This record gives sequence, structure tokens and C-alpha cells, in this order.
Amino acid sequence: MTDKERQELLQRLLEKQKDGGLKPADRYEIPPQDMPEQDPVERARNVNEVATGYTETHARLEALRCLQCKTAPCIKGCPVKIKIQDFIAAVSEGDFKKALTIIKENSLLPAVCGRVCPQEVQCQQTCTVGLKFKDPTKAVSIGRLERFVADLDQEEIIPTVAPNTGMKVAIIGSGPGGIVAAADTRRAGHDVTLFEAFHKTGGVLVYGIPEFRLPKSIVQKEIDVLTKMGVKIVCNFVVGRTRTIEQLMKEDGFDAVYIGVGAGLPRFMGIEGESLVGVYSANEYLTRANLMKAYDFGSGADTPIARSQKVAVTGGGNVAMDSARTAVRLGAEKVYLVYRRTEKEMPARIEEVHHAKQEGVEFHILQSPKRVIGDENSHVTAIECLKYRLGEPDESGRRRPIPIEGSEFQIDVDTVIIAIGNIANPLIRQTTPGLEFNKWGNIVVDENCKTSLEGVYAGGDIVSGAATVILAMGQGRIAASAMNKYLAEKSDCNKPC
Amino acid sequence: MPHKIVSKRRLSEDVFTAEIEARLVAQARKPGQFVIVSLNNEYGERIPLTIADAEPKRGTIRLIWQRVGKTTAELADMQAGDEIANVTGPLGKPTHVENFGTVVCVGGGIGNAPLLPIAKALKKAGNKIISILGARNKELIILEDEFAAICDELIITTDDGSYGRKALVTEPLEEVCRRDNKPDQVVAIGPAIMMKFCCEVTKKFNIPTQVSLNTIMVDGTGMCGGCRVEIDGQAKFVCVDSPEFDGHKVNFDLMIKRLNAYKDQEQEAYEQYNEHRCKIGLDKRNAE
Ligand SMILES: Cc1cc2nc3c(=O)[nH]c(=O)nc-3n(C[C@H](O)[C@H](O)[C@H](O)COP(=O)(O)OP(=O)(O)OC[C@H]3O[C@@H](n4cnc5c(N)ncnc54)[C@H](O)[C@@H]3O)c2cc1C
Ligand SMILES: Cc1cc2nc3c(=O)[nH]c(=O)nc-3n(C[C@H](O)[C@H](O)[C@H](O)COP(=O)(O)OP(=O)(O)OC[C@H]3O[C@@H](n4cnc5c(N)ncnc54)[C@H](O)[C@@H]3O)c2cc1C
Ligand code: SF4
Ligand code: SF4
Ligand code: FES
Repeated sequence: MTDKERQELLQRLLEKQKDGGLKPADRYEIPPQDMPEQDPVERARNVNEVATGYTETHARLEALRCLQCKTAPCIKGCPVKIKIQDFIAAVSEGDFKKALTIIKENSLLPAVCGRVCPQEVQCQQTCTVGLKFKDPTKAVSIGRLERFVADLDQEEIIPTVAPNTGMKVAIIGSGPGGIVAAADTRRAGHDVTLFEAFHKTGGVLVYGIPEFRLPKSIVQKEIDVLTKMGVKIVCNFVVGRTRTIEQLMKEDGFDAVYIGVGAGLPRFMGIEGESLVGVYSANEYLTRANLMKAYDFGSGADTPIARSQKVAVTGGGNVAMDSARTAVRLGAEKVYLVYRRTEKEMPARIEEVHHAKQEGVEFHILQSPKRVIGDENSHVTAIECLKYRLGEPDESGRRRPIPIEGSEFQIDVDTVIIAIGNIANPLIRQTTPGLEFNKWGNIVVDENCKTSLEGVYAGGDIVSGAATVILAMGQGRIAASAMNKYLAEKSDCNKPC
Repeated sequence: MPHKIVSKRRLSEDVFTAEIEARLVAQARKPGQFVIVSLNNEYGERIPLTIADAEPKRGTIRLIWQRVGKTTAELADMQAGDEIANVTGPLGKPTHVENFGTVVCVGGGIGNAPLLPIAKALKKAGNKIISILGARNKELIILEDEFAAICDELIITTDDGSYGRKALVTEPLEEVCRRDNKPDQVVAIGPAIMMKFCCEVTKKFNIPTQVSLNTIMVDGTGMCGGCRVEIDGQAKFVCVDSPEFDGHKVNFDLMIKRLNAYKDQEQEAYEQYNEHRCKIGLDKRNAE
């Protein structure tokens, strides 16, 4: 559809709506609005955002596809329960400010979530329109609409902050959970300090998820809002090493703490040759590329990264897709994605898989590396893989991959990126006596995100294992509200009776 | 938060030392720990440097570094009053210090810097300290006086014989191991290749040997796995599993190869930087 046709269609629909309303059948007829994006060949050579965003016409047309269901089943799929049908109605009316206000009641970071939420398994999975077409990609594009209204919002709205309570809050880790917890506790008037181990704030949003999917400036804008609200930000501060949680609470006067340190430690496969030169964890590869801007090595940046010709990425999640697509952008001629199940079982978002393929990533499914082979200098030269077939479903409900004996074969590569997930970083565990952890090393919390220590709350990946941005945000919010309550009670007790 | 350089000195041709403001690190640090330093928020590389000493009251730490590439050269070009953008730490597990009896501390080149705080702590814990310090030539022997002040015995070697004994550190190490009162513990810090050969010596005599591994790092908190080494066939992260390991279990050959992973690119960056500093006359400034 051309822009002109799109505009005309919108005019017709709006008039019809004025004349007596749109029936569901009319709405079903509106074609789903695709997201405009950079050309695949072009974008494989730059780090700019791939999806360039809806125009107003796209957005209003897409919004008109929403049936305004009374029960709004979409909301059940959203971890933070955004009033989806209301904000979409506002978009269709062209009242984008109102739409944003509705979204912000529940989500602090719509520009982020609109981009990175796995909508097809959350809000859009339960959308009536998607169900009608039996295809979640044909559901109302809730995420894209969210992104559209969030991006329009140029003037910064700084939330009002309640008068000083005299209570001090420490937020550990500046990922999405930490950002939300900091904002919500600060709003209640507490004196909030955000501690971050890295020299930059944003957590996985800045060191993991690449620029071409989530521009750093968007995250920075949210951090700037925190600063303007009066949140103190302390970088290069590793809690557990620079100061322990106990010291923060007993010596530095913090009354409550939120732990949002993420899932930290990369998992390796435990196969032969995994320490050879040229084998990276996805975390290292992405950190070098994103946070340290290794793509500018030689023209400013000091951090090097492998100059790869042929790259194999193992894994099938978002992290694997991000690594593969980053390798493409760093100039690799061939990028293989090696995954032991089939595309159907891949945990990555459909959109990411689609984008990766468009950019030339070759998928090797039902295969997995058995060992990494190196030359006399211990540089990677190949991986030896085994072929797999699918057996019965396992606990996760996905069909279990079974190796086929004797099916070994080699793929020539000079770089291997292991993207099979993260486990909990043990640092907080080693340095915080009395804090309860489960057998995977994740912090145990109750429904209010409260830990086993008084005044200490936790959320995000360190609690739930590697999960999603919106879940971390949701937990940051729950924790902040529990902390605010706890601190209100504490300050009442402190008052002379 | 920028960290001010309080004072800076040149110890030898390529070795420099500076006292840097870092109050919290100074208070928390224990022997064996390190910091990650970067000089620029957008583009700076993050490099690990051992905390050679600290003055908790003054809120400063001492770093000693050898100019080997772009970042260490840039650091060497900074002067008292300049500010370092990022100093993070203290990282790594503190050294295990107890009264072992007699401990041999072997330092190679710049390795003397991380060795000194450990030797001091071991001395304080009641150990008898024999130090063996080695370098390519006299110029490169650093911190001799500081070691002399705490050692019961001090042996110096140089590759070219310009100072002390003409030998590699492994020679006197072997002699000391042969003595009737065999040492109870050896600590070796220096180039990977030196640590490798020291461990081969001590293994013959079955003397427990601690080494401090200087792998390439990114975050220093366990997040990237770039610092991993093979210990007894198992991957371990140097930055969290401590920079110090049982030297008899380390796969040094692989570690040495991983250290060279970016050699070409590091070379390029260093050359680029040198060209740049010549243009702006930094050379002169450092010579003062
Ligand atoms: C490559 C990649 C792609 C992803 N893609 C998606 C996606 O498309 N959609 C989606 O929903 N989710 C995605 N995720 C998952 C999502 O990013 C995480 O679930 C989410 O960021 C977790 O948030 P968090 O609040 O737990 O903190 P994190 O974002 O994990 O941040 C934790 C922060 O704490 C800091 N920290 C750690 N230890 C300490 C300490 N001791 N002291 C001080 N600071 C500390 C860390 O440096 C970090 O900045 C992706 C993850 C990765 C790695
Ligand atoms: C825990 C730890 C403590 C350390 N303490 C000190 C210290 O107190 N003083 C000191 O001078 N150095 C120390 N190092 C080494 C120091 O980190 C490196 O010399 C530094 O990263 C080099 O950076 P560059 O940009 O100047 O050189 P680059 O351009 O990165 O490298 C130049 C050359 O140095 C080699 N190299 C790169 N990184 C390292 C490394 N981590 N270790 C050894 N060689 C390396 C490369 O192979 C290359 O040949 C320590 C390393 C670790 C892991
Ligand atoms: S926050 Fe995520 S899950 Fe919720 S409505 Fe927005 S895109 Fe959907
Ligand atoms: S389920 Fe779909 S169609 Fe129904 S209100 Fe939600 S977004 Fe609109
Ligand atoms: S430096 Fe990244 S895990 Fe050790």
C-alpha cells in the first residue's frame, strides 16, 4: 500500500466511523500495518535501528483494527496490565497524548517495551483479532502502537516527587527493574541512590540488546528523567565488593534496598575447545560490540573484537539472534545459527528470526556443536557438530532434541559465539549473609518481591532467571510499592509517639 | 565519577606509578585485589590493574603499570591533577593469607607490583619471606627497596646480568626449593610464561604454588566470561573465582594464547595513539 492509499483508506474509515461506527467485519478488513524498516542489505552494514517506526496514518489505521473487546483479553497477556483497549481507542481518535498517559499509568518505559516485548507470546497472543485469523502476527500490533506514541513524546514529563521522607533507598543494578524501582520509590519522596557496576547505566538494555534493535538514546532519556527527579546515580560501584549490602544498611544509613543485578554469568556448553581463541560468550561479544562500541575500533573505540569471516552462533533465543545480527554488522561473510531443535521451538521472537534471515544469517537447525577445533595457535578453525532429531516433549513442553549417533560433521568457522543463556552471578550470594537463594542461585522472594532479609527486596532476572524486560519492570514496580509501604510504616515507628 | 591523580612517578623506562583518589576502593581493598580502569566513558577500554597499595585515611590507592599498549600508554601520559574517568573495584577475591611458615615470593617484571601487597600481608601474618625478583635488565627491576624492607632474604636476577645474578628467576627458585628447610609455599606473579616455568619447578618439589593470572578482561564482575582460564580442565573466571589459583592446575599454554587474541589490533591502536601523541607533543611532557 502506498502512503496515499493508506491516507485515503484512513479518511474513508474515519468518515464511516462518524456515520454510525465500524462493525467488526469492517475492522477485520483493514490490512495489518507492517512496520516500515531499513532495507536488509543496507542495514546489514550499519548499526542504526532496523524498524523505523509507524507514521501517524499507520498508527491510526492499525488502531482501528482493534475491536475494543469488552473483556479485553489482551490485557491478561500483559504482565503490567496496560489498559490496552483504552490507549488504542485514543490512538484511533488521534489523541496521542491521552494514549501515552493511559500507558504510563502502568508502564514507565513504553518506548523500550514497545520495541522489545515478545508481544506474540504476551498481549498479542490473546488478542481477539489474532485469534480470529489464527495468527498472532495478525493480531493488533499493540507493541508498535505503544512505541509510536512513546516516540512522539518529545517533551520530557518529569513525574512529581512527594516531599522528602528522610528515608534512604539503595537500588542495585540499573537494568529495567532498577530503573522502575528507582522512579517509584523516588516519587514517594525517598532519598534514592542507584548503584551500577558498569560505567554506564541501563543494564542489558545498553550492553546486551544492540543499538539496531533498541537505540541507546532511548534508554538514556529514561535515565535522564531519573536524574531530574533527584535520583542519585553512582556508576562503577560493585555492590558486594565496593560496599556490601550489610554496609549500605548498617553503616551508610540505607533503610531499604532493591536488588536488580540481573542474570549475570554466561553459561558455556562444557565441550572440548571452548576456551580457544575466537570462542566468545554472547555476553562478551555483545558487550564488546555495544557497550564498548568495538564496531568503531580504530576510529575512536579502544576495545577490539574478533575480525571474523565465518561465525557460528549456538542457541535459538533473542540473545543468539542479536549476536548473529551483530556479527553480520561487524563484517562477517558467513554467519551460521546452529540450534539443536527446529525453528518452531526457538525461544527467539518471530520478528528477530525473520530479520536475521533477511540479513543473511544461515540457519542450521537440528544440529549442535560437539567440540571446537583449533589450529596450532589455538585459534578456532571449525566446529564439529552432531545432528539431532526431535523426540517426545520435555518438561518445557518442547520436543526433546536427541543426538543422532555417528552423524558428526564439521563447519569451518573462525569465531564461535555461545548464546545458550545465563545463570545467576554468585557475587551477592557470596557477600550477603542471611539472604535466601534457591538451588539455581536465584534470590527467593515473596509475592511482594520481599527477600528473607528485612528491608531488602529483589526483582528481575536475579529472581526469575533470564526473563524479559517487562517482567523485570513489573517486579521493580511491585517491589517499589512494597518498599514504599515498608518505609511509611518504618518512619511512623521512628516518630516520637 | 572522575578520579584525580594525586601524584605520578616514573619507576623505569616503561613502568609508572600513581596515587589516585578512590576513597571507597581504598577502604574496602585487601591484598590481591584489583581495579578496572577506563579513561573515557564512550570509547575507553576497560583494563585491570592491581591495587599495589592503599591509604584508606587519605582515600587513595596506588597503581603501578607497565606501558604495553594504548591504554597503559595513555595513562602514562597523564600527570598529577589529571582525572581518570572510571575506577571500579576492588575486584577479585582477596589473597588467602595465613602463617604458612616460609614463603617464597617470585616476581617477574611488572609482577612485582601485584606481588608487593601480598608479600607485605604474608609478612604481617608471621611468615618468613624470601623474595626473588627478576627482570630483563637492571632498568626494569622495580620496587626493590620496598621488598628489601619486608624480606628476610632478597634475590635479584636479570636476564642480561646487568644487575644481581645473571639468570632467570627459576634458577634461584630451584635452589631455594632444594634447601634443607624447604619452603612451605610459593607465590609467583609475572608474565604467564614465567609463572608456567616456576610452577614446573615447584611441582617437582611438591610445594603449593599460588599464581595470579592476568587474563584479558572486560567487566571484571563475572558477566562476560572473557577472562576464563582452564583450571584442571574446568573453565574458571579469573575475575570472580579470584585472580589467584593453584599454579599446578593452570593450563598456561592456552592462557598465553588467549592473551594474544587481539595482538594485531592492539598493535594498531598503539601505533595510532603514538602518532597522535607525537603530533600533540605529549612525548615532551612526559620527559619532564
Ligand atoms: C542480548 C539480549 C537480548 C534480549 N532481548 C530481549 C528482548 O528482546 N525482549 C525482552 O523482553 N527481553 C530481552 N532480554 C532479556 C532482558 O534484557 C532482561 O530480562 C532484563 O534486562 C532484566 O532486567 P533486570 O532489571 O533484571 O536487570 P539487567 O538488565 O540484567 O541489569 C542488571 C544491572 O545490574 C548491574 N549489576 C550486576 N551486579 C551488580 C552489582 N554487584 N553491583 C551493582 N550493579 C550490578 C549490571 O551491570 C546491570 O547493569 C534480552 C537479554 C539479552 C542479554
Ligand atoms: C587481575 C589483573 C591485574 C593486573 N595488574 C596489573 C598491574 O598492576 N600492572 C600492570 O602493568 N598490568 C597489570 N595487568 C595487566 C594489564 O591489565 C594490561 O597490561 C593492560 O590491560 C594492557 O592494556 P593496553 O591497552 O595498554 O595494552 P593492549 O593494547 O591491550 O595490549 C598490549 C600487549 O599487552 C598484552 N596484554 C593485553 N592485556 C593483557 C593483560 N591483561 N595482561 C597481560 N598482558 C596483556 C597483549 O597481549 C599485547 O601484547 C593486570 C591484569 C589483570 C588481569
Ligand atoms: S508492555 Fe509489552 S506486553 Fe504489555 S501491552 Fe505493551 S507490548 Fe504488550
Ligand atoms: S484483544 Fe485485541 S482487539 Fe480486543 S481489545 Fe485487545 S487489542 Fe483490541
Ligand atoms: S572479565 Fe568478564 S567475566 Fe571476568
